[in-house]
Amino acid sequence: MEKFIKITSKAIPLAIENVDTDQIIPARFLKATDKKGFGDNVFRDWRFDKNGELNTEFSLNNTSYSGNILIAGDNFGCGSSREHAAWALVGYGFKVIVSSFFADIFKGNALNNGLLPLQVSPTFLAVLMKSVQENPATEIEVDLENQTISLLEKSISESFEIDSYKKTCMINGYDDIDYLLSKKEMIEAFEAQRIQLK
Amino acid sequence: MSKTLFDKIWDQHVIDTIKNGPQVLYIDKHLIHEVTSPQAFNELKERSIPVFRPNQIVATADHNTPTIDQHLPIKDDLSRNQLEQLTINCADNNITLYELGHQYNGIVHVMAPELGITQPGMTMVCGDSHTSTHGAFGAIAFGIGTSQVAQVFASQCLLLTKPKSLRVTVHGKLSKGVLPKDVILYIISKLGTNSGTGYFCEYAGDVFKDMSMEGRMTVCNMSIEMGARGGMIAPDQTTYDYIKGRKFAPKGIEFDQKVAYWNTLPSDNDAVFDQEYTFDAEDIGPMLTYGTNPGMGIKITETIPVNQNASFKKSLEYMNFEAGDSLINQPINYVFIGSCTNSRIEDFRVAANYIKGKQKATNVTAWLVPGSKQVETQIIKEGLKDIFVEAGFELRQPGCSACLAMNDDKIPKGEYCVSTSNRNFEGRQGQGSRTILASPLVAAATAIEGKIIDITKQLS
Repeated sequence: MEKFIKITSKAIPLAIENVDTDQIIPARFLKATDKKGFGDNVFRDWRFDKNGELNTEFSLNNTSYSGNILIAGDNFGCGSSREHAAWALVGYGFKVIVSSFFADIFKGNALNNGLLPLQVSPTFLAVLMKSVQENPATEIEVDLENQTISLLEKSISESFEIDSYKKTCMINGYDDIDYLLSKKEMIEAFEAQRIQLK
Repeated sequence: MSKTLFDKIWDQHVIDTIKNGPQVLYIDKHLIHEVTSPQAFNELKERSIPVFRPNQIVATADHNTPTIDQHLPIKDDLSRNQLEQLTINCADNNITLYELGHQYNGIVHVMAPELGITQPGMTMVCGDSHTSTHGAFGAIAFGIGTSQVAQVFASQCLLLTKPKSLRVTVHGKLSKGVLPKDVILYIISKLGTNSGTGYFCEYAGDVFKDMSMEGRMTVCNMSIEMGARGGMIAPDQTTYDYIKGRKFAPKGIEFDQKVAYWNTLPSDNDAVFDQEYTFDAEDIGPMLTYGTNPGMGIKITETIPVNQNASFKKSLEYMNFEAGDSLINQPINYVFIGSCTNSRIEDFRVAANYIKGKQKATNVTAWLVPGSKQVETQIIKEGLKDIFVEAGFELRQPGCSACLAMNDDKIPKGEYCVSTSNRNFEGRQGQGSRTILASPLVAAATAIEGKIIDITKQLS
């Protein structure tokens, strides 16, 4: 997993609530057996219209927007547990998703792929969304070490929460498998004890 | 200290706790399928890590399988490859696989309970958000991502932060024609799609006590649609009667010992929940959804509410509905009875009971897709297939089918589908399709009439 410490980037707004993982990556693209190529189909049915033409009204296709931060509406990532949604967002180039609320499974999947699900207050989200929509050149700084997100031109920032274990993993690029494998003896002892209880 | 059903099972499975961090939770059963497992197998292979406890893993093929001509080779190259990959991965790692066509094959959340794999007090996971279904047995069951599938392969454990506790109580008795699907659609319509996020939900009260195991599974299945990682119902005699005699159920004295243990699991009377909601059964009626998330539901007799929220309006625009509309008399060309929510024998009995002696409307394409081979066999054995065929319906072979339209069972652009599945997201049942979630009874009635009718008039 790639390390994540601090980034400064422009952002792309996605002012839609309850974005479900079926929208992030539709089921018909889940037939692959590796993690590659999902970025090409992220938000497929919003990026392309019914005839397969680019939908220029959709913010990801608006060339004035750029950057690797996505500013999204409330309850992002609800629905299916498909980790393909996180692979698609990472594949497209996103490093941070900002929202006022994340669905549980998506949040975990994002963290397991070095994609930071950054939860802000609804008020701060509204400020961020408006700033980026009004000025696509708006720069945003995300500092994981200090747990802050800042709107540089307006000099305003908000702190965010992250589980300290997950923070360490993100900063160092560790994943849970390494940790769990280090606990093998403890796991085997637990199993042995349970067999005795039966 | 008094504990909830969830606390008791969780605490018994915690191996270790990281200071200011997550806990190491032991997983008893791991269910896998073709879509969310291949990348996890690859990961282990790349890192030369063996599968730790293959005997605690059960595999099935369900998401990406055809529902006709299952004996023939799969036409779609990518789908065929994905299924072949599952077969290879299971063989290489000594994992039991109930492949396509096997007598125990079926949707993972239908086949595991019917084989007696799912039991009270267990921790169970699967790379599928509807794993919450198994909570109907008083188990902690939840969906995980593929990285976590790899973690369980490697260690039979997960790193998790204990969720908060939520209890939804429904008192009273349900009216005639109000089914478990209506109960959960009603709850989600009242609480919203993110009310359960961060929580594990216990369903309590007379309504769930009186419910069959099939009904309890329907309810727990949709816990994720209100954001809850899982839902659960205290095990009782109904649970034990369902499990007894099934293939992997404990036998003889072991069964009695298990029952004695299972009886200790229900929440203590004075257990405290972080959040509680209470509803009355008499307020619940047959439900329909009108929007693009499962929380956008109304009773069949109600009209679509007015809401100025931009995402709400976008949703109605997609569905081509307007605030204030009634859905009664809405013409419908597609009906789907199936999915891990409603594809068990009881669901087909409800449909057959309504359909018997009637004829399907000519404008309707109706797909009846059993949840497993065993359900399919039972449908034939009970004579339900004859009822369906005589009424002009097609009984297909088991799988997830049009619930997520990964295979060829897709609803065409712009068409409405009254569906017994669990998600009405944009394009969920095929690009541009419009899903209306409902119970098997409402779906059956829609197929007969070719439009949505006020089923409550036929019930009274």
